[in-house]
Amino acid sequence: MIEFLDGNEAIVKGAIDAGCKFFAGYPITPATPILLGMMQELPKVGGFAIQAEDEIASIGFCIGASMAGKKAMTATSGPGISLYSENIGLAIMGETPLVIVDVQRQGPATGSATKDGQGDIQFIRWGTSGGYPIIAISPTTVEECYTFTIYAFNLTEIFRVPVFLVSSKELSMTRQRIDWSRIEKPEVIDRKYLPEDANEYKPYYFENIDDVPLFSPFGGKHIVRYTTSTHDEYGNLLTTPEKIQIMMEHLDKKINEEKIKKYFPHIVKFDKQDDAEILVISYGITARSAIEAVELARSQGLKVSHLIINLLWPVPESEIKKATIGAKTIIFPEMNNGQYVLEIERIVDKSKVKIVRINQMDTTLINPRKILIEIIKNNGG
Amino acid sequence: MAIVKNAVYMKEVELPFCPGCGHSQILPQLDKAMAKLNLDPRKTVLVTDIGCVGLSDQYFNVSAFHGLHGRSITYACGLKMANPELTVIVLMGDGGLGIGGTHFINAARRNIDITVIIFNNFNFGMTGGEHSVTTPFGGKTATTYLGNIEYPLDACSLVQAVNGGFAARSTIFDKNLADLIAEAIAFKGFSVVDVWEYCTAYYVPRNELNKEKMMKLLETYGFKTGIVHKVERKEYIESYREVYLNQPQKQVKQISLDTEFENNLTQKTEIIIAGAAGQKVKSSATVFGSSAILSGLYATQKDDYPITIMTGHSVSEIILDKKEINYTGIESPDYLIIIAPEGLAKVKRIIQSMRETSTIIIDDNLVSLLPDTKAKVEIFPFRKTANAIDRFSITILSLATFLARTNLFPIEALKKAVKLTQKEAIAEINLKAIDAGAKLVEEGAYAK
Repeated sequence: MIEFLDGNEAIVKGAIDAGCKFFAGYPITPATPILLGMMQELPKVGGFAIQAEDEIASIGFCIGASMAGKKAMTATSGPGISLYSENIGLAIMGETPLVIVDVQRQGPATGSATKDGQGDIQFIRWGTSGGYPIIAISPTTVEECYTFTIYAFNLTEIFRVPVFLVSSKELSMTRQRIDWSRIEKPEVIDRKYLPEDANEYKPYYFENIDDVPLFSPFGGKHIVRYTTSTHDEYGNLLTTPEKIQIMMEHLDKKINEEKIKKYFPHIVKFDKQDDAEILVISYGITARSAIEAVELARSQGLKVSHLIINLLWPVPESEIKKATIGAKTIIFPEMNNGQYVLEIERIVDKSKVKIVRINQMDTTLINPRKILIEIIKNNGG
Repeated sequence: MAIVKNAVYMKEVELPFCPGCGHSQILPQLDKAMAKLNLDPRKTVLVTDIGCVGLSDQYFNVSAFHGLHGRSITYACGLKMANPELTVIVLMGDGGLGIGGTHFINAARRNIDITVIIFNNFNFGMTGGEHSVTTPFGGKTATTYLGNIEYPLDACSLVQAVNGGFAARSTIFDKNLADLIAEAIAFKGFSVVDVWEYCTAYYVPRNELNKEKMMKLLETYGFKTGIVHKVERKEYIESYREVYLNQPQKQVKQISLDTEFENNLTQKTEIIIAGAAGQKVKSSATVFGSSAILSGLYATQKDDYPITIMTGHSVSEIILDKKEINYTGIESPDYLIIIAPEGLAKVKRIIQSMRETSTIIIDDNLVSLLPDTKAKVEIFPFRKTANAIDRFSITILSLATFLARTNLFPIEALKKAVKLTQKEAIAEINLKAIDAGAKLVEEGAYAK
């Protein structure tokens, strides 16, 4: 099966194949086609899709539906994420499975509606009060829009934490030839339920601090408590400092690179060239410019490696460390004012590596030649 | 007082509220209402908002969802939409009503089957007695210390305004409160009970509020009590099921763009079509891209148009290659097809950047508007030819001309894509347009 599809269409297909049964959203270009697609497709599989009165209601509906046992997704662009903010915190605190698609555009506020950008990268990580972690994965192709949507559902179901699928206008709204026979379809994994015959349900019970509590839906066999407040295993308000500490550490520790890797094998894609001292690091749509730049450089006999980061949060530090061994120059193109490069600068020994930023915020894709020029400039130290 | 005896769903423990707080009086009435309806604790969810009332749910042996301030109605709706078997009851204060006003209005407007009980004590009890949307005019609160200069909101009238299902108002002095709450819960559709009560910590002492004064307030504002509004109309989720879940399943034909045709592409080729709204630029570009795929090529397509989609430019960018296309930006296209002045205006900068090896294919009416360019220029009577068929067919017609000129892949592939992807009536017109477009080349109907 060969089709001519864009990223948004692939995301809708991925959501349906992942077993999504609830969607709520509010129109915003370039994410609107996902809302339209879900309104079309969900009724066909007995699901529920709704255009909410605003983004706050969109994510609120999703949180309610998810806790009633439905796989839920919402989709928006940066300005909508701003309105999701408080409820992202709720989903973290209440350990709610939820996929959030961010089809990014350029700039703060209304920005360049609706042109491409990658400026939400730090925002999605730090966009709610408290600073607790989420998971974010970033496709680079239409094929990955499909595959990673299924992975996003798997991860959110397994870890009970909001998972961002980070797209952008150019990825979501550019058609591409798709050969379904070559597309990976991951096995679908559902959240872990408490057995129905269990006597008592402690909604937030965990044995080890990084365990994920078992799920029982509202309306199921057990009485369920959900809360926005710091809580004990029963979902009752906690005021004891030692217990609060444990609860907060639990939210922090239940996800990490190693655990995620087991369920999402594509956390990075490392195209290594032996003896290369130049390393290009990229993610999202910009990775495709970087792929071409690296090809061009190699065709000129230059040695260069390329690391594509697909798991943006939590930062795949050990993979980044591995990839940066031997690198003298790191070139990092991003369609923002230099955001994810901060993570690289945090991880590598800056006294040994030169970091070259390419930051383009003019709404157009970064031309591979721009990256190539930096590769040539930095060749041979 | 604060330990409720003989309750059915409530725990027999001391309630956390201040002495005299109305919350301690309303909750036992809620318990009675729930008992009257014999609700299944596992199928009942108390959704609580922020405020003192948010402490309530943990005193009930039913499922509970304690969410963010003002958003309780959204979680309630989500729970109900996901599982319509649930009885969902929202407990919120007048603060939650204010901050979550839009959710209240829209839940009522949709007539979704949840019940909202407003614990209305005219101020924010939890944060120090600030004024709320229901504070009476002149009412003294922490933030209206010289008297409130705003008028209070009538929640029941709001429900009426959006034709929501059920709205009632009551006070803690009402002997029938439990029955009223039970009726609201049993109502199939959106229901609200606005219960006026005491905040003994702040509003009562600051305003010397008593029963008599509360009754006087109701009178002053003309706020009705009892069932204020009730209308039987279809509940939202039932409507969704009827209209959307039961929609007739259309047979969607699966179209695969398998390679059927040869191509003559020698390198990555970038094409821009610059037209105007109403010329079907976007859909024709998709057909063209599909035909390239039918010819064994990789293709990408992106579109640019203003938000006012029925006017202004419509520009599509297509890239063709023999291998996977990574970078999809076009700085200087190999081919630029111009069929409308709006499109021409949009691509002016691009025209100036075009190389000698590139080609502009332009409608003969637009030549005078064309800025200086290094590109080769070919002129065709696109508009005139299309108008003889159907003026909307100009884009596909010009693409057929382009194909006939360049021979990148066969015209037959374009025809096949039209037949595969378009409805019959439109396909018929487009097939004619393709023939006419190809014929322009045969006739040599172009000038340099």
